[in-house]
Amino acid sequence: MMREFTCIICPNGCEIRAEIEEKEGGAVEILSIEGAACKKGNAYVEQELKAPQRNIATSVLVKGGILPLASVRLTAPIPKGRIFDAMAEIRKCTLTAPVESGTVVIHNLLGYDTDVIVTKDIPENAEK
Amino acid sequence: MDGQMDKKTCSQINGIRTEAVDVVIVGGGPAGLAAAVELYHKGIHDILIVEREKQLGGILRQCIHDGFGLTRFCTTLSGPEYAKRFIDEVEELKIPYITDAAVLEVTDAKLVTAATRDGLRQWQAKSVILTMGCRERTRGALGIPGERPTGVFTAGVAQAYINLYNTMPAREVVILGSGDIGMIMARRLTLEGAHVQAVFEIQPYPSGLPRNIEQCLNDYGIPLYLSHTVTAIHGGKRLTGVTISRVDEHFKPIPGTEKEYSCDTLILSVGLIPENELSLDAGVALDGRTKGAVVDEYFQTNVPGIFAAGNVLHVHDLVDFVSMEAENLADSAAEYIRDKSLPDCPVEIKTDRNINHTVPQRISGTRGFKLSMRVNRPMKDCRIVVRQDGVEIAAKKMKKAIPAEMIQMEIKPEKLKTSGNLEVCVE
Repeated sequence: MMREFTCIICPNGCEIRAEIEEKEGGAVEILSIEGAACKKGNAYVEQELKAPQRNIATSVLVKGGILPLASVRLTAPIPKGRIFDAMAEIRKCTLTAPVESGTVVIHNLLGYDTDVIVTKDIPENAEK
Repeated sequence: MDGQMDKKTCSQINGIRTEAVDVVIVGGGPAGLAAAVELYHKGIHDILIVEREKQLGGILRQCIHDGFGLTRFCTTLSGPEYAKRFIDEVEELKIPYITDAAVLEVTDAKLVTAATRDGLRQWQAKSVILTMGCRERTRGALGIPGERPTGVFTAGVAQAYINLYNTMPAREVVILGSGDIGMIMARRLTLEGAHVQAVFEIQPYPSGLPRNIEQCLNDYGIPLYLSHTVTAIHGGKRLTGVTISRVDEHFKPIPGTEKEYSCDTLILSVGLIPENELSLDAGVALDGRTKGAVVDEYFQTNVPGIFAAGNVLHVHDLVDFVSMEAENLADSAAEYIRDKSLPDCPVEIKTDRNINHTVPQRISGTRGFKLSMRVNRPMKDCRIVVRQDGVEIAAKKMKKAIPAEMIQMEIKPEKLKTSGNLEVCVE
């Protein structure tokens, strides 16, 4: 069976075609892959067939900062199916200014080998 | 918030105390920051960045998604992290900047006036670098008929509400236009609990990058309808719904194809326009295709000493290319300040009907340069050819060329001549 993928690893967005064979028990064997401009594309397709993973970016509340939010992202992707669980976990957090970019907000999110980190400095609001 | 300012040579111009400075950079977004840092490394230290917002960083402050920096830094960063790399360098090098300061006027004599927290301030610069970025096309610019309820936002405004001000502007959403910011907001709104019903695009092809269709729409089951547009807006105080119609090849709505969608929010992601009001005041000539300045390979406009780069020059899809363009600009601006002029650029760059535009539009023909362009429509297995006087001087094979993706070609100096126009064609 032929399947087509748009690689999301970089802005090139390579169109990759993979010939796959579905095995018993849901496993998938890749017979051939073509169309990726780099080897990351092949790895992406393999991952997509096995267990799709995504990174997410959102924000957490900040008290006393020049902005009410600090943006955050994950240090490594998580299974696509857990995105909304991750959002719910991250929504529980509140930070207090000053907040520094790189600060770990949640270690091992949902038990995965990934941290939620702040991506923006939020200085304290001096104008009170 | 003032950076270090040395004691300046001052004079009175138009009754305003005026400070002398080598370079004023208008706008502290990705282009302005990269230009400032590169100028400093080229030995030009008498710089001032003037930024309208409270903080440096420009639009990157609200672009919290990742995917920035793959070309420039070989790693994937969120927008704020990408900006921070440059802001940290500006701070470290003690490059002066002021925030909360709106430039009101730039003249062809390179006199820059700004409204600041300390009142009006004025600088006489040797060179002015225009890095004001772009703004979004609005409903007014599209002329969508119907009522005027609240609930119609451009994608960037919705992005600012959610990512900067912690305000959720939407529950049931329809998106018009498949620009990258629109698709990124489709995902963002979904993550924050809104229901995005669909994205409609008037063109027969998407206007954003394929990866965003995949990771922002397909991942969340949001359909994308091509050759469709909004033909009416309904609602009194708040938006209650929109009418969507299919369009023909001339973008005319086809009668009988109307479909009603009830929603409280319509997000517009229908294009970006370089913000050039200040440039026009300064006598800078614009290109009708890019809506940005006409520049030469030095990124110099028709006004000597006034340069432009980044989204104010032509809309980019990747910030990495904005930074790199601004760095190239800075090298030229440094040369201009040292030599007080730059070489003539009499060679014009023309295009065939497949190419929408090029940047630069003029060159000297004496040295190599980077040619940026966009195609007019999606094409497969094509070859982009650059000729001078009918002689091929560069070519690039493309498996696919799409309007959403800026194409760049390195033009080598060996084959270039100082006379005879260039033509860029697709074969």
